[in-house]
Amino acid sequence: MNKSLAAAQRPVVVYPAGGAVPRASAGGRTVTRVDHATESEHLVARRLHKSYRKARITIPVLRGVDLTIRRGQFTAVVGQSGSGKSTLLHVLATLDAPDQGEVHFEGRRIDNLAPLQRDRIRNRGLGMIFQFYHLLPELTTLENVLVPVMIGAGLWRYWRNKPSYLQRARTLLEMVGLSHRMHHRPRELSGGEMQRAAIARSLIAAPQLLLADEPTGNLDRHNGAEILRILRILNREEKLTIVMVTHDLAIAEQADCIVQLVEGQVQAA
Amino acid sequence: MYKLLLSWRYLRTRYIALASIVSVTLGVATLIIVNAVMEGFTAEANKRLNGILSDIVFESHSLNGFPDPDAHKARIREILGDRLAGMTATVSVPAMLSIPVGRDQYLTRQVSLIGVDEATYAEVGDFGQYLLHPDNRGRLSFALRDAGYAPERPDFPPSGWRYRRARIMYERAYEEQVRLERQARGTGPAPGVVDAPTAAASPLTGEAVAADPYAAAVAADPHAAAAAEAPAFDPLSQHATGVILGIAVCSQRMKDERGQVRDYFFCRPGDDVKITLPTAGSPPTAVNELLTVVDLYESKMSEYDSSLAFMPLAALQNLRGMFDAERNVRYVTSIQIKLRPGTDLNAARDLLQSHFPIREYPYRIQTWRDMQGPLLAAVQLETTILNILLFLIIAVAGFGILATFYMIVVEKTRDVGILKSLGAPSRGVMSIFLGYGFSLGLVGSGVGLALGLLFVRYINEIAAALERLTGRPIFDPTIYYFREIPTIVDVATVTWVMAGAVGIAVLASVLPARRAARLHPVEALRYE
Repeated sequence: MNKSLAAAQRPVVVYPAGGAVPRASAGGRTVTRVDHATESEHLVARRLHKSYRKARITIPVLRGVDLTIRRGQFTAVVGQSGSGKSTLLHVLATLDAPDQGEVHFEGRRIDNLAPLQRDRIRNRGLGMIFQFYHLLPELTTLENVLVPVMIGAGLWRYWRNKPSYLQRARTLLEMVGLSHRMHHRPRELSGGEMQRAAIARSLIAAPQLLLADEPTGNLDRHNGAEILRILRILNREEKLTIVMVTHDLAIAEQADCIVQLVEGQVQAA
Repeated sequence: MYKLLLSWRYLRTRYIALASIVSVTLGVATLIIVNAVMEGFTAEANKRLNGILSDIVFESHSLNGFPDPDAHKARIREILGDRLAGMTATVSVPAMLSIPVGRDQYLTRQVSLIGVDEATYAEVGDFGQYLLHPDNRGRLSFALRDAGYAPERPDFPPSGWRYRRARIMYERAYEEQVRLERQARGTGPAPGVVDAPTAAASPLTGEAVAADPYAAAVAADPHAAAAAEAPAFDPLSQHATGVILGIAVCSQRMKDERGQVRDYFFCRPGDDVKITLPTAGSPPTAVNELLTVVDLYESKMSEYDSSLAFMPLAALQNLRGMFDAERNVRYVTSIQIKLRPGTDLNAARDLLQSHFPIREYPYRIQTWRDMQGPLLAAVQLETTILNILLFLIIAVAGFGILATFYMIVVEKTRDVGILKSLGAPSRGVMSIFLGYGFSLGLVGSGVGLALGLLFVRYINEIAAALERLTGRPIFDPTIYYFREIPTIVDVATVTWVMAGAVGIAVLASVLPARRAARLHPVEALRYE
């Protein structure tokens, strides 16, 4: 697994420059609260506010979240249902815009970018995986993995570089143990297999940051452990920065650091 | 790339959308069929109209015509120069045609009698190719042929000299038989006396029916005695001035007991007919003349086939008195002009009109399109209205596509969220659904094209099958004078129809595609 992972990631991953990557200690738990940026900061959120209006009632979800994710760090965001974990992840991923506050990705503010630039960041700068996998049902596993490069490369560049893209997608699927499922449709895969395909898809464009929204929330213990193992390997061996939202503290334990959200605010554990 | 891939996959997996384009398919097929048939009719009608009418007709307002056609022709030649391909003078006059259909009975038809110059009439149109006798098609002649009329029509009755002689011999034998019977009863006229009315129609007297009537006639012509007294018209060896009749003037098209379309001929080449027409001068007087049918004319244009009769120009001029003996000048009513291919008819007409101003010359100068303007305009109007109506059908189909697309977009809301989360821009998402609409339109009109072309290819077989099935005539050749439905598939028309149908499908998908593009990615991802 490690060998194939390394082979898959070698041409894909851009390694973070310099700086020690904080690892989980035996205790393994750190609550991170960051107010200033440093060179090793990969993703920074400052005073994020976000609220939704439903039936003329404003519901605050994020209430001044400050957060710094360092390069190569595996961070778990935990909290109860409705604490704002997923909303925070969506704002960090530029899928949603904050009402107030800023999001910086690799030193660049991204929350106020034009829609096309935000699309480009989602396509190339960061990968995402979801609780419900979100594979496109009309496409095969291989095609699903290739979708981000199809979006990013455009028609002609994709056709010109198709052999290399295909090679990369096959290597990634092999890495997640799905080489025998390449031409199967999502409905023909199990939950664990779909999530592994989603991981392969999130890595195809060689992102430096992976945002995972409850990646094990819909899986049994065995498959959940397998997904977590893959994420751990990606983080440790390929220095991939990972932000994982989960409500399961046992899973969060395996992260380098844990961020706890309570009623839309980061709270010290 | 993902846009093409997803459009293609949606096309292959969402069969409900294919159902929505059935109306596009039917609309396209119908448009192709209707346009092919209308084009076929128009082209066939144009070909025949132009074949009869020549390109430009230079005609007098008066039935008396205008004098000295040669001088006019020389002037026209001078004006048109190289554009001129041929020219001929004609006389056209309304006339009454009487066809004997039994003893003392006549079928009367109103015709337009046209005197044509055998030497030059072929220069201005395709008149010759519509004649029934193959020899007349190559070179126009008003002489009766021996036989061989309409070889491509096996049901055409025997015609020509052979038929004429046999008929006359039979009629004479019949008359003789009647005379002998009357004589035996003591009520008939003396031998050799002819019934006056019969003589007028067919001067028949004679002997008893012989075993070989033709041989008997040659051996002992009962007219010989009368001929010795005054040179008389001998129908066995002579025929009157030839006349070519439109096929529907002297026939009736009907269906036999087996449903086959048949023509019943009241007269045919070899028969004599009477013509009554006005003379030139003021006031005109009526003159009668016996003419012999020498051929029939079948342009398959009902209007012409049922109203035209042609005879030699000089004979008609003589009959009507259209000549000035003192000045040795003849009169004609029109000059038919044929132009070289590619010449602008309207420009040539205007040029002639400028040289023959109406204040000085009371002539009417018209192109064949001007003369058939109402007919051509009616066909054009029909085609336009049918096209509009059928495009409205496709437009209605467009609303079906719109509704189906909205459903599909709602169904695919989560896919839209996934694509946006992976970095697909809004316009990329919109392109997927527009591409999907385009593909649907293309498939719908492609199948419609295939269906339409197949239908056009086998339209006559289909019409026949429908006739058998319903018992009602779909295409009645007795009305149209076409034996088959004429069709022409015009590539430009087909291209426009296809483009229009695809355009409507794309337009119908714009609103759903915009909706998809505007979906908020987070809401789309949460959609269930």
